[in-house]
Amino acid sequence: MCFRFREAAFVAALFLLALLVTSCRSGHASTAVTRELRVCADPNNLPFSNQQGEGFENRIADLIAKELHARVRYTWWAQRRGFFRNTLKAGLCDVVMGMPAGMEMTLPTRPYYRSSYVFVYRRSSGLRLSSINDPILRKLKIGVQMIGDDFTNTPPAHALTARHIISNVSGYTLYGDYAEQNPPARIITAVANGQIDTAIAWGPLAGYFAKMQSTPLEIVPVSPASDGPLPFVFDISAGVRAGEQELRDEIQKVLDNKQTEIRRVLESYAIPLL
Amino acid sequence: MLLDGVLRPLQRARRCSSSAILATLIGISGLLVAACSTGAAKEPDTSNNRASAIPLPFDSTADDGQWVMPAKNYASTRFSALDQITTANVANLKVAFTFSTGVVQGHEAAPLVVNNTMYVVTPYPNYLYALDLTATGSPVKWKYEPKPVSASQGVACCDVVSRGVAYSNGRVFMNTLDGHTIAIDANTGKEIWKIQLGDINKGETITMAPLVVKDKVLVGDSGGEFGVRGWLAAVNASDGSLAWRAYSTGPDSEVLIGSDFKPFYGQDQGKDLGVSSWPPDAWKIGGGTTWGWISYDPELNLIYYGTGNPGPWNPEQRPGDNKWTSGIFARNPDTGQARWFYQWSPHDEFDYDGINENVLLDLEIRGQMRKVLVRPERNGYVYVLDRLTGEVLSADAYGHVTTSNGVDLKTGRLRTVPDKSPRVGVVVRDICPAAPGEKDWEPSAFSPKTGLLYIPHSNLCMDSEAMQANYIAGTPYVGVTARMYAGPGGNRGELAAWDPVHATKAWTIAEPLPVWSGVVTTSGNVVFYGTMDGWFKAVDATNGKPLWQFKVGSGIIGQPISYKGPDGKQYIAVLSGVGGWSGAVVAGKIDPRDQSAALGFAGAMTDLPKYTTKGGMLYVFSLP
Repeated sequence: MCFRFREAAFVAALFLLALLVTSCRSGHASTAVTRELRVCADPNNLPFSNQQGEGFENRIADLIAKELHARVRYTWWAQRRGFFRNTLKAGLCDVVMGMPAGMEMTLPTRPYYRSSYVFVYRRSSGLRLSSINDPILRKLKIGVQMIGDDFTNTPPAHALTARHIISNVSGYTLYGDYAEQNPPARIITAVANGQIDTAIAWGPLAGYFAKMQSTPLEIVPVSPASDGPLPFVFDISAGVRAGEQELRDEIQKVLDNKQTEIRRVLESYAIPLL
Repeated sequence: MLLDGVLRPLQRARRCSSSAILATLIGISGLLVAACSTGAAKEPDTSNNRASAIPLPFDSTADDGQWVMPAKNYASTRFSALDQITTANVANLKVAFTFSTGVVQGHEAAPLVVNNTMYVVTPYPNYLYALDLTATGSPVKWKYEPKPVSASQGVACCDVVSRGVAYSNGRVFMNTLDGHTIAIDANTGKEIWKIQLGDINKGETITMAPLVVKDKVLVGDSGGEFGVRGWLAAVNASDGSLAWRAYSTGPDSEVLIGSDFKPFYGQDQGKDLGVSSWPPDAWKIGGGTTWGWISYDPELNLIYYGTGNPGPWNPEQRPGDNKWTSGIFARNPDTGQARWFYQWSPHDEFDYDGINENVLLDLEIRGQMRKVLVRPERNGYVYVLDRLTGEVLSADAYGHVTTSNGVDLKTGRLRTVPDKSPRVGVVVRDICPAAPGEKDWEPSAFSPKTGLLYIPHSNLCMDSEAMQANYIAGTPYVGVTARMYAGPGGNRGELAAWDPVHATKAWTIAEPLPVWSGVVTTSGNVVFYGTMDGWFKAVDATNGKPLWQFKVGSGIIGQPISYKGPDGKQYIAVLSGVGGWSGAVVAGKIDPRDQSAALGFAGAMTDLPKYTTKGGMLYVFSLP
């Protein structure tokens, strides 16, 4: 499913372009009568965002911008380590559309959706998975996503470790190969094509890409909702720079007023909502 | 005073550390050092007639006054035979010239000096400058800009550093952050060839300095934090074509293990251990990157280099030794075939990359002359290995170690302490050394005159604590947070003079901040190093007595060198420009209030922004 970008430099070029555009803009302040909502986003990570504007975060940013009588302007940056530091905190842009509500790096809105880690498996498999304590997990080929550092991992990766479920677990780096489209999606295609029996992946990614497969896939939230201190369910907020209360409050107001529309957007991307 | 290094005799150090062991809070570490030093008038133990003059192996003592590779020579001694600057006159050292690099991230590189030209490489965007040492003020002769893609900055784990370039046969060889290796005409600055070895889309970057051995340029990758698989590549110097690539994990055919492979210990013998010492397929993203130093013995025709820590699973999820990570390979540079391997930290749990410098010496060990490799390792021990076989001759702690109880010399295995293993949801305290190790990449220097190895290192412990939510690529995740702080004594760093024959410290200098610079030592019996708050220091190689210091513009994490100028004078050069993993609170704009930032290192460095600001600048010193 993945076509390759011509060059890795593509993303960088986009970023530079964004910078150039931004700096040019400041030189022509008189012509810029429309307000801008400057959004920091990943150019290659559906269902969240991409530079064609096809992600649900793109849609919600548009919706907010419309209400604020503003135009969206993006700073594109792969959402890896240093994303917040290099974009939002460096002042290149003013809002990040998604992050766990409890994260301390920004001034967050109230959460506008809640999702869960989910089991993803083929409908034809006859499996009925929902519990992280299901003994069958010792036998299935399971895929989880890896962050890259010991001890910082996705909750299902930690939970399987705690249960000593080891030799039947495969790791897919969350970063994937950035030269491919939507690199984190590979774990879902691995379920569809039978490389693994089940993935335990974050809901929005799983829901969206499961729907794109020709093989029918089941999506079931992991239960219980937490494993001791380890959460499988996360509230997701938008965030602005610390101290920028006014902008946060403006965005909050739109999120509050447009709840129904936002929910419709999220549902149209097949995001499992709790 | 607070930030002056404090000469600390060993007996004194022990007393201080035991009384101050409970006081590990960061904020008062400087005070503690000061307190420890008062009354420490006792002269250091200078009676080190134990250590006597030791000739360097394979004639690397012949010194033409140039500096053609970061480690000075293939033995990696970082010893300069120049002797104009001495313990008697070093106090008169003055700035000869300076040069601003135009880059403000961490400057870890060593300058090179060849044919009266100095070569200076910067962190990203990896500018390479040639300075004409024959002209007044040493102006820029040429500047080469490789233009690495900007996205590589987002892939680099710990600042966008470069550790240096290498010179050979009229060419300068450099690596770029975005995974390229480039040959440049040393005279004109024109690019001769440029090839891509690492792929930033897969998380691979290159920060290490290449080493040229015969007709090959040796290059290793960085990016263990992104689930990449480590490798060392040999590129033909003539045209940049790939000669061989040896992976650090996986089947023998890809690790280049064949019939030549004769590891000393049983645990390293067997087929495809790079696969079988992991759960199925885990080796494919297993780490073992090779971002540190390579040494070369031309008589044995073997190169030596270390491998980084395993990842990215939690350690319980990767049972086994996780070969060939956190260890050292000896290889034939012509074919890449492995000769032996030794694992410093089997199944590493603490981020102890095994990539530090390998100092090749011929030493008398227990009455017998041995060809050895001396390694001050991240896990807290100075190893002396037989470099023919990989046998461990000794392994002795040079700092405070709680994660292991020494090395079993019979089996070669590290004796680990299970209680100190970080675990998710469990608070584990007093993990020493912390993740940067007793010593990170910053290289030590060996003087054949004193027989001492001068080791710049840290004194940090850490606690692994509760989980914190974070977000990458649209996915929330949680991790153990680390908090680092000064170890016993309260000083976060130290310069130690280590006698590798007797496995003892001759003297130490306590430093309030981690010592993250390299070291150079000279025939004039002077040791030079820098501190993260920006002091460039000269001390007596025999006893550690402070002789001179100069305050540079930004903290020093670079590698000092000594060379002979076109005027016949001895010069000392060093790059200032704080940053790197330790200096991220200054160079990386990380909020020092976020104690767990920079993988917990920020918490141990909250005061650094008070003492220094960023900015890359070359300083060159000479006698008037």
